[in-house]
Amino acid sequence: MNFAVLQFPASNCDQDAVHALQHFGHNAKLLWHKENSLGDVDGVIVPGGFSYGDYLRCGAIARFSPVMQAVKQFADNGGLVLGICNGFQVLTESHLLPGALIRNRDLQFHCENIFLKTATNDSPFTSQIPAGKILRVPIAHGEGCYFADEETLAKLKANNQILWQYCDATGNLTDTANPNGALLNIAGICNEKRNVAGLMPHPERACEPLLGSDDGKWIFESIFAALKNKTVAVAA
Amino acid sequence: MKAKIIITPKKAVVDPQGITVKKALEHMGYTGVTGVHIGKYIEIDLTPGTDKVAAQKALNDAAHKLLSNPVIEDYKLEIE
Repeated sequence: MNFAVLQFPASNCDQDAVHALQHFGHNAKLLWHKENSLGDVDGVIVPGGFSYGDYLRCGAIARFSPVMQAVKQFADNGGLVLGICNGFQVLTESHLLPGALIRNRDLQFHCENIFLKTATNDSPFTSQIPAGKILRVPIAHGEGCYFADEETLAKLKANNQILWQYCDATGNLTDTANPNGALLNIAGICNEKRNVAGLMPHPERACEPLLGSDDGKWIFESIFAALKNKTVAVAA
Repeated sequence: MKAKIIITPKKAVVDPQGITVKKALEHMGYTGVTGVHIGKYIEIDLTPGTDKVAAQKALNDAAHKLLSNPVIEDYKLEIE
């Protein structure tokens, strides 16, 4: 499969995302923010980093880049888009995902391993995650506290759009397991159509045992499975 | 000609910077502080003689799309 990994000035997890995709035997190309077209791709990764220096607000400037107009169109047509960390922030600023990411409640930058509970397997980003499996993946952010108003939160819950929540090692959604103060311990969500998702943790940094955890692979395996099914469906 | 835009976090949004500064003020002995809200101040220089109504319209549009995030922030716009 062919993936595009976006590259903004000051993206810094773009190479990690490319590495992870290639590690699983897929093609990944870096796509500069000035590109107007995605080309022939099956999925898009909006990587972590500090796009445009995080000036104004994280992701605020990236939203207006030429490549994001192409991503919007791709998403509108049902294409799979995953935003990781800064990529999640870019997707909320672009209104491809609801809510916003604000300063961590303790004002600290958190760089550590956390535990994630998968709230639903009903998405192209979670379908292959084994039932009950608690994922151990790293986070590295200063502005990852998920916020949305009551109405939006109610919608997220009603539509099963919450995909991952911070939990302790045994899967309890406690306040101490919440590294940034995110509402409902939200670590990642998807849109209503379920083809666009974003999460603050970094699955691409946890795809090989050598890196301390390969739990991130389940998220990628889910994407690959969804795309494979889609190809089969189109062919049929 | 100048536009001044003051951006503040919405009341429903937790503002950890504001809370921390409020605590610091209390530690320093300042009394009567019931809340601190930390936002941003943006000054935009405009071509002299720009039509104020048109500028207001354009800047409201810009404030809504780029300068503030309506999900988490409110803004106030002044042109002078």
